[in-house]
Amino acid sequence: MFHVKHFDVVVIGGGHAGAEAAAASARMGARTALVSMQKDRIGVMSCNPAIGGLGKGHLVREVDALDGLMGLAADAAGIQFRLLNRRKGPAVQGPRTQADRKLYRLAIQALLSQQVGLEIVEGEVVDLIEGPGGKVTGVQLLDGTALTAASVVLTAGTFLNGIIHIGDQRKSGGREGDVASIRLGQRLGSLGLPRGRLKTGTPPRLDGRTIAWEGLEEQPADDDPVMLSFRNSRPAVRQVACGITHTNERTHDIVRANLGRSAMYGGHIEGVGPRYCPSIEDKVVRFADKTGHQIFLEPEGLDDHTVYPNGISTSLPAEVQFDYVRSIKGLERVNILQPGYAIEYDFFDPSALRPTLESVLSGLYFAGQINGTTGYEEAAAQGLVAGANAAAAALGLDPILFSRSESYIGVMLDDLISRGVTEPYRMFTSRAEFRLHLRADNADQRLTAKGIATGLVGADRVQFFAGKMERLSAANALLAERSCTPPELLAAGLSVSRDGARRNLLQVLAGADVTWDHILLLEPRSAEVDPETRLQVWRDALYAQYLHRQDAEANTLQRNEAITIPADLQFSGLPGLSNELSAKLQRRRPSNLAEAERIEGMTPAALLLILAHCRKSAQARTAVR
Amino acid sequence: MGDTIFALASARGKAGVAVFRISGPLAHEAVGRLCSLPAPRRAGLRLLVWQGDVLDEALVLRFDAGASFTGEASAELQVHGSLAVVKAVARVLGEMPGLRMAEAGEFTRRALENGRLDLAQVEGLADLIDAETEAQRRQAMRVLSGAIGRRAEGWRKALIRAGALVEATIDFADEDVPVDVTPEVLGLIDVLRAELQREIAGTGAAERVRDGFEVAILGAPNVGKSTLLNALAGREAAITSEIAGTTRDVIEVRMDLAGLAVTVLDTAGLRETEDRVEQIGVARAMERAQAAELRVFLLSHPGEVLMLTPQPGDIVVLGKADLHLDEPHAISGLTGRGIDALIARIADRLSEMAASAGAMTRERHRVAMLRAFEALESARSQLERPGGATELVAADLRQAMLALDLLVGRLDVENLLDEIFASFCIGK
Ligand SMILES: Cc1cc2nc3c(=O)[nH]c(=O)nc-3n(C[C@H](O)[C@H](O)[C@H](O)COP(=O)(O)OP(=O)(O)OC[C@H]3O[C@@H](n4cnc5c(N)ncnc54)[C@H](O)[C@@H]3O)c2cc1C
Repeated sequence: MFHVKHFDVVVIGGGHAGAEAAAASARMGARTALVSMQKDRIGVMSCNPAIGGLGKGHLVREVDALDGLMGLAADAAGIQFRLLNRRKGPAVQGPRTQADRKLYRLAIQALLSQQVGLEIVEGEVVDLIEGPGGKVTGVQLLDGTALTAASVVLTAGTFLNGIIHIGDQRKSGGREGDVASIRLGQRLGSLGLPRGRLKTGTPPRLDGRTIAWEGLEEQPADDDPVMLSFRNSRPAVRQVACGITHTNERTHDIVRANLGRSAMYGGHIEGVGPRYCPSIEDKVVRFADKTGHQIFLEPEGLDDHTVYPNGISTSLPAEVQFDYVRSIKGLERVNILQPGYAIEYDFFDPSALRPTLESVLSGLYFAGQINGTTGYEEAAAQGLVAGANAAAAALGLDPILFSRSESYIGVMLDDLISRGVTEPYRMFTSRAEFRLHLRADNADQRLTAKGIATGLVGADRVQFFAGKMERLSAANALLAERSCTPPELLAAGLSVSRDGARRNLLQVLAGADVTWDHILLLEPRSAEVDPETRLQVWRDALYAQYLHRQDAEANTLQRNEAITIPADLQFSGLPGLSNELSAKLQRRRPSNLAEAERIEGMTPAALLLILAHCRKSAQARTAVR
Repeated sequence: MGDTIFALASARGKAGVAVFRISGPLAHEAVGRLCSLPAPRRAGLRLLVWQGDVLDEALVLRFDAGASFTGEASAELQVHGSLAVVKAVARVLGEMPGLRMAEAGEFTRRALENGRLDLAQVEGLADLIDAETEAQRRQAMRVLSGAIGRRAEGWRKALIRAGALVEATIDFADEDVPVDVTPEVLGLIDVLRAELQREIAGTGAAERVRDGFEVAILGAPNVGKSTLLNALAGREAAITSEIAGTTRDVIEVRMDLAGLAVTVLDTAGLRETEDRVEQIGVARAMERAQAAELRVFLLSHPGEVLMLTPQPGDIVVLGKADLHLDEPHAISGLTGRGIDALIARIADRLSEMAASAGAMTRERHRVAMLRAFEALESARSQLERPGGATELVAADLRQAMLALDLLVGRLDVENLLDEIFASFCIGK
């Protein structure tokens, strides 16, 4: 008899999705196990050593607002903090940092080991255990151990049937240095879930000691660093600069001459790659008239001489990589520590998922790269959603849902579920129609209360958040109460029209070129407001008038999201729906009216019919009770 | 709950009366701005006055929340069914802040949400809504099939390009994208603004005269279609000859019928034929005829079966009255017999159309263009302001795209991303 252990939730995979899922589940109070192939590889960054950015930084802040790990670990490991779009408005600023790989991994591992209710299990999951009615009730490890659970979260990243390509050489692997997950991949393949192949690539790693840094342009860290977590205010370790160099015509000639030997161009790869992360081969072919492409030389750690050349990912043979890299300024004598490669892996069509990230197999949740996304931040955010909902289901609590109008997390979930993916999905701020509201700076104001209500947020953060909100609302109230006449404003040195209209100080603050000094003149008590709070009051005030415009749109969306479509509603029988539409609905199974509305080909009349049927079955249900 | 919506609710056809329905929290306030409100559920005869101008004398009804079709506070304005009145009232309501034209099915949806309808009633209404949206779609397609269509295609491209440029500087700030896209974006916005402005100004009477209604004359070869057209136009527009199948193409003649601009289409005779050129002519004739607002079928003998079946409302008459002297409703292009009566029938049908759906859809287009125009104005002033915020420009452009949805088709972030990835080398 093999060993059997019981949990509420089992998480498969210790990448960014898995770590966040396991921690979220344990925070909710579920007895949780995190199974990963190698304990000491938990929290590894597979590709570029950086966290955050535009859209991505927003996601990290949202994870942080829900008391997740990523922001804390990034701050512990951050060696070059930069706020992107610093000169643009706060809605489109994204915090980002270069991260020391080792420090990041260790920070994640430390946070996980401190988490109460979480057990880390080393092992390879080779099978799922199915209970009555096809419900997934646990996992089977390679050594024969069985772990049972009410919910299982799968976050196997690029590991499922992963194949690594370097030139015409191919080998099985989950990423460089890790074995692929083949048996689990086969098992999942047999379940009949809609599955596809995607690919992504990574550049060669360079030995920083052999780079001629002197002649290269430098990109320093910000003087006034902005952290990824709301809880931190300054970097934990030394800050370093990145170098900048460029490819040139010679580089392009070498790449061009060897295109046929690239895994991607030699026809060895069937998977689709992301357009926003093109390989150097792609860049040279698609933008043939460009004579140079920028490369960032990013240190991978403080006591690590590995350098990540951001901008030249490739699947050319190793010797061609060597040639083209050495054609680049500053890299003439560089040594390659590890060649770049492309990886192809299985993903599952996310349009078959529920908004909780539960799959069509009851009890099995999917998060991260296996849902067709790319990026640590996207993975982490999904991990949190899947982990929290897996725990909620195991503990008999209500599902935790996210709306497009409230978070980037909601935008991502809705995009994935109502549209599926055609290329690896990455977050951009332009995906968020309520971008002016969904800012990185107010992620806690938007989400922490929800996190507290659902049990996702720990006591420390509850207190921290309460303090911040108190300061904010006091300052807001102070400014809202004081209204000024045009002559008063003119006297304070502000230019306003003499229209006789009174304006409160929040409205005044939103004006161009207004500073807190003006506010001080008009309301001396505002001197007591601390600098951090002043800044946040200003950011909120800045967009207030634009937010009113979006309110109607957001209300409609929320109203439609609130109308849930019963899981057993048979679209195929509904009179008045075209066959095509009802087939599509039956396949996609939208869980609420907003999701249904986003399905291609949806008509107002069809939406109305669905609504009427939701009403009817809701009535039937209450009548039965 | 939500915003306040209005729509022309009266049935199609010439009823003499047009009914506007207004529903939502501002419904009573909106009517109150035009006239004094009658007591609930009592009809009151009122003059509707807007900014000093009398719009019409109307029967006004008021329903309180909980006692109306939608369950919300609502009102009805029964005005005279003339095209001008309907247009004016629609425009005034559309200009009131907080009011907007209802989407297809929106009244029903509200009624349903407020528990005023049951499933069976909704299923019945769904067919109606389908028909309504289909009519709107067809109207939009028709409007878009000609010169305006080409312009709308240009708008679509310009909006995508402008949106992509702005988004690229936001989302790919760290990449190799141009830092200052303001000149190109301003250029695109200015062209768009100018064209929208021209189009908005033209949606009035002048536009109607230019665009006109299309009326197709159909019938077997040699039944006298061309002669009829010449008689209508009073000049030799189409070649009339005795050889069957002379009119191989579609000939258009613009004319004024009872004050309405009308384009009469003379089509190739409808018949099966071996002649390739004539086959093309017949196919074109069928296509154009189907797209026209009205079809006049000329029969060569009573009970003739044609290749195209008349649609409801179409006019069917017997031609060559000189050969059918005993038929009272027959017409003859040659002798002029029955022509006046036919003109009156055509004019009647067209006025009916002008008074209902047509006016409303065009008004919808006008409102859409106006909204887009305003959003572009706002984007422009933001762009020109030193230190203007890019994210607000993007928000305005998005508003413009949403407004023009009906005219240029849905634009979403994927379109912008496609343009960005095609134009700039993104990806570190
Ligand atoms: C070559 C390469 C290039 C990339 N390029 C980019 C890029 O350019 N831009 C970008 O944003 N992102 C890139 N990424 C993606 C980024 O690494 C992922 O998006 C992110 O790591 C996904 O997180 P995850 O948690 O879903 O999966 P991963 O981080 O891959 O973690 C998967 C985890 O599951 C574990 N696991 C798998 N199978 C089993 C099993 N059967 N039993 C137990 N444990 C298992 C693994 O050990 C691992 O811990 C790249 C990744 C690779 C490998």
